[in-house]
Amino acid sequence: MNNKTHYERLKKIIEDYLPEDVATSEIKENSNFITELNINSANLVDIVLDVEDAYGITFENEDMARMETVKDALRILTQKISDKE
Amino acid sequence: MKTRVVVSGLGVCAPNGIGLTNFTNSLALGKSGITFHQELADLGFGCQIAGKPAIKEEHMNAYFTPLQRKGLNSSGLVYGVIAGMDAWADAGLKSTAKDHPDWDSGIVFGTGILGTNKFREAIHLIDNKQTRRLGSTSVMQTMASGISAQLGGVLGLGNQVTTNSSACATGTEAIILGMERIRAGKAKRMLVGSCSDSGPYIWGGFDAMRILPVRYNDNPERGSRPMSASAAGFVPGSGAGALVLESLEDALARGAKIYAELLGGVVNSGGQRGGGSMTAPNSEAVQRCILTALEDADIGKNEVDVINGHLTATAKDVEEISNWSKALGRSGKDFPFINTTKGLVGHCLAASGSVEAVASILQFKEKLVFGNINCSDLNPAILEIVDASKIPLQTFSYNPHIIAKASFGFGDVNACIIFKAYKPDQP
Repeated sequence: MNNKTHYERLKKIIEDYLPEDVATSEIKENSNFITELNINSANLVDIVLDVEDAYGITFENEDMARMETVKDALRILTQKISDKE
Repeated sequence: MKTRVVVSGLGVCAPNGIGLTNFTNSLALGKSGITFHQELADLGFGCQIAGKPAIKEEHMNAYFTPLQRKGLNSSGLVYGVIAGMDAWADAGLKSTAKDHPDWDSGIVFGTGILGTNKFREAIHLIDNKQTRRLGSTSVMQTMASGISAQLGGVLGLGNQVTTNSSACATGTEAIILGMERIRAGKAKRMLVGSCSDSGPYIWGGFDAMRILPVRYNDNPERGSRPMSASAAGFVPGSGAGALVLESLEDALARGAKIYAELLGGVVNSGGQRGGGSMTAPNSEAVQRCILTALEDADIGKNEVDVINGHLTATAKDVEEISNWSKALGRSGKDFPFINTTKGLVGHCLAASGSVEAVASILQFKEKLVFGNINCSDLNPAILEIVDASKIPLQTFSYNPHIIAKASFGFGDVNACIIFKAYKPDQP
């Protein structure tokens, strides 16, 4: 799987956690989860669990602390996948 | 002079009806919400019948966003949200705009324990060393105040938002707490009510205490028999009821419909003394609760014409009737009409007071007194106190003037509220 596929898959996961007044089209690589997509910080935990399930990987606490934007999440998950392989 | 408090909105999620229309019809026709539950039979419960609101997919879609539904496994929360949002809408009120809470409106929404199924999920994960897999939803669905927190967020209310808990008196107590806050001038309106989960983890403890009926598993609608000579324990129930309380002045200012005036109410405890215990009421405390509620409402004993009792279908029913009779100094044909909602919905535990308060108030609007079911064989000890004509077996037309509602709970706690038919003041 290439980066673009990971991005699309990640976007699908994030979509479920958007508040009602934020459109799916607003998810961009540079979007900040909390300040721009207006995602409840508690729901970041759920996004991480969904990503972990989708890819069979584990995010550590420090990974979560560094996960501010969609791009951050993408970087962490591709790194974890390549570590696994 | 006390601030006058009125009821301007109602909502209900009951075993025999979700929404005011369905609930009213079931009450008027004596339609029971008690059903057999295979789950309880499979688990070896003695009592395998219970009252549980029939939640459908359409309710979930109407009251919850897809995000709110993710991992939602807290039945009491579902019932409470339905009743609470309905009451707010029924009062003609809306959720506030995004950035500005309504500082003058608050919530007291009680429960006994919330999200027992969700908590079970969490326990299994934790015991399997998978605590991090709980996700974000475990806390808000299992904290007692999860229900007031959820409603507060949905409606955007900025006054006190809290959850009270006093066993089976919870719902009636919530109404009193909301009334007191409005009287104190600290809020203009309060959404008040209570909810209670369904399922084996909430009902099991009562089954273990052997205070539930075991002989009606094949005849569930006959199982809840308050005031009957064949009463054999209470049928466990669940659900939620909600009321919008408002100062008369604020209700009139916004042209709200008014169901009734909440004249007064009192909570007390028997202190588990003088015959009272963790599970039994001190009769003196019950009578004091009723009497002081009348004083708080500033009405005479003879003005009460309808009572909605706690009356659960245990041996304590006779004692309750005796306490009403002694407190009011009335008996025989002079006793008020008395009914109990529990024959139709079972004992909704923490939700009972609010569900039954909604049932009580609907009688003003419908100009009815709801009939009792499953007590054509009235307990002879009750008939020594009250004339049979005062315990209606059928719903009948009547214009209630004053309705008294009481709830009693484990811990020897009591709550009594007094409603009055509302008539606009003559100019």
